[in-house]
Amino acid sequence: MAAGIAANPFSSVDALVEGLGRVGYIASRRIATALYMAVHLQKPILVEGSAGVGKTELALSTARLLGHPLIRMQCYEGLDESKALYEWKYGKQLLYTQILKDRMGAALADAPDMDAAMDRLHGMGDLFFSEPFLEPRPLMQALRQDDGCVLLIDEIDKSDEAFEAFLLEVLSAYQVSVPELGVIVAKTPPLVFLTSNNVRDLGDALKRRCLHLHIPLPEASLEERIVATRVPGIEQSLTHQLVAFVQSLRTLDLRKAPSISETVDWARALILLHADSLEPAMVRDTLNVILKFEQDITAVEPQIVELLHRR
Amino acid sequence: MQHTLGAFLRALRASDVRVSPAEAIDAARTAAAVGYADRQLFKDALCATLAKSADEVIRFDETFETFFTRDQITLPPPPEESIAQPQTESEQAAIADSALAQMLLQGDASAVAQAMEAAAERAGVAEIRLSTQRSRLTRRLLDEMGLAEIEQIIANARKLPELAGMAERLDAARKALAGEAQRYVERQHELYASGSGKALREEMLAKKALNADGGIDPVDLAMMQALVKRMAKRLADRYSRRRHTANRGHLDVRKTLRKSMAHGGVPFEIEWKIKKVDKPSIVAICDVSKSVAAAAQFLLTFLYSLNDVVDHLDAYAFSGRLIPVNAILDDNGVEGAILKVLQTIGFQQTDYGKALEDFCENHLAGVDRHTTVIFLGDGRSNFADPRLDLMHLIQQRARAVIWLNPEPVSYWGQGDSVMHRYERFTHVAKSCNTLGQLERIIEDVLRTYVPH
Repeated sequence: MAAGIAANPFSSVDALVEGLGRVGYIASRRIATALYMAVHLQKPILVEGSAGVGKTELALSTARLLGHPLIRMQCYEGLDESKALYEWKYGKQLLYTQILKDRMGAALADAPDMDAAMDRLHGMGDLFFSEPFLEPRPLMQALRQDDGCVLLIDEIDKSDEAFEAFLLEVLSAYQVSVPELGVIVAKTPPLVFLTSNNVRDLGDALKRRCLHLHIPLPEASLEERIVATRVPGIEQSLTHQLVAFVQSLRTLDLRKAPSISETVDWARALILLHADSLEPAMVRDTLNVILKFEQDITAVEPQIVELLHRR
Repeated sequence: MQHTLGAFLRALRASDVRVSPAEAIDAARTAAAVGYADRQLFKDALCATLAKSADEVIRFDETFETFFTRDQITLPPPPEESIAQPQTESEQAAIADSALAQMLLQGDASAVAQAMEAAAERAGVAEIRLSTQRSRLTRRLLDEMGLAEIEQIIANARKLPELAGMAERLDAARKALAGEAQRYVERQHELYASGSGKALREEMLAKKALNADGGIDPVDLAMMQALVKRMAKRLADRYSRRRHTANRGHLDVRKTLRKSMAHGGVPFEIEWKIKKVDKPSIVAICDVSKSVAAAAQFLLTFLYSLNDVVDHLDAYAFSGRLIPVNAILDDNGVEGAILKVLQTIGFQQTDYGKALEDFCENHLAGVDRHTTVIFLGDGRSNFADPRLDLMHLIQQRARAVIWLNPEPVSYWGQGDSVMHRYERFTHVAKSCNTLGQLERIIEDVLRTYVPH
């Protein structure tokens, strides 16, 4: 049975959960279902959730599972077409015009009059705006992968609205228009992940074109499994203690509650320090791994003993 | 099943999950891809397709559970002996034409449930819109199921002594059925109508007059505050990211080279890198006398919620004298601010001229060619000097002067109103008496009357 599943992880949701597990991503059923639908409906998938819950990791793991290359585009304020889609190689274009100028005299010298020269000029291939001078950027690269790929558009909420509108064509039809060349269509549509931290509300048009997946902070049992997978060699009792402590931290009113990546980092730190159970002193020393604000650390410090015993 | 899915989408829309026709098609494709057999899978897959935010996921979950859960219908069980002995011939004859009576007497809950679904479709229970329709639709549902026949049978059976036992049992079952029908309609109401009721109410509130007699109901007030904040957020989302290109800053080498191609590499057109965020700076001057206080509170709430979009907001309040209220707003929050302002300046007679004097004396420096000045007041100066010269001064200094008046235009200039005289020194003067109008005007401010 395992062989059958290994052959096609996208045959069912359960197979997908197992397949992701094999590449080191412990997915809840909801995550796997969304991914399953994204593949079968050929739609992009918009992943939301607070920082560090594994949004980007999901795309990386999917790429590993499919064996496709991952093309990543990080969004930021001011990102525009020339950085996301394509750019002309200006230097080479300039050289090309120089060469053209030098050669032009010789090529047109034997033309009897102006009209003939113009005819000959039109007859020459115009290479100025052509594929060799095109510098593909992430979106274009993704569309040109004939064997398919995973395209990760990270933190789309950080980009401008204009860029969001520009993405619509790429996301719904898997094609882009380059004014000088025409429309470029993907032979194999890439599997697209968009991630968002909810810095701003995304437009309805974009949301409508995507499947929506919200990754919440995980339940204790799921988190224990994630830690066990990500940090091999960790004792089960330590995992249990550690996750229980982090879960109780999340019930407090903190500026930034620790998410999964912090839990995993902390587990790694504790392994390095050869801890086999959580001692208050050890927790106090390593608190800066899971809490990222000074106020949070000072708020939690006096409560460490109490939190360790609460479970 | 297509029909059920359609009804489910309608229920989703009623609970404020936006489902466009394109998404309905996606939902159908989803259903085809995953099938109906696995409930959890079906739910998760539909959720991924239809719900587009964390909020919508919660509403989706609720609606899904309410919609696809069928309460077990409870009927009084048939008595022991009737199972042991078959029904007498006279009993069988009495209920022979009524399928419903047979189901009820046998206590066949699932058959009754099916009959109820079918009858509900015929009776159009899913069309329910208002809570007042509930009892009528319950009656229609029962009629469609054949209640009249049951009542007929009971009435006939009561006349014959040998059928008295059956009549009692049937009567008990009928009562149970009526209860079930009521619960069914109740749930449909919850699915399709409870959300639309709220939407309807908000629509009404957006049109409600802010200076209505007797003020605004405290219950409405909370809802209107929430509404204002939502309107403001919508505008903030739309206008917070607008940029424009300035014509100085660092040279954008790429773009300049790109443009120079057309001129054989000679950089004729220079491109700059700087992009600036457009943010209007606003000075709000509000009359807080009794007639205008409510409107002032909403205007301030609105402007304060626009934090992201507005570069700078100075708020002033006056009735007799004028005071800056920024500090009060920061300390008390917008909800409590108006009351606090009134306590500070006291309930004096409104005096526009005096207020303008105060403003020009102390705060005129805050008005420059980037500032939009918004006045809110009814322009009723109690026959004091309106100080039009000061108004003219403000107009000359400011980018734009906007006057919002809670009174309808036909009242302007009547009695002690000097609105028409002030109007000459404003760029825009509008009657603004509802939240809906307020939203439109603020949007205009953000879009049109701000510097570029």
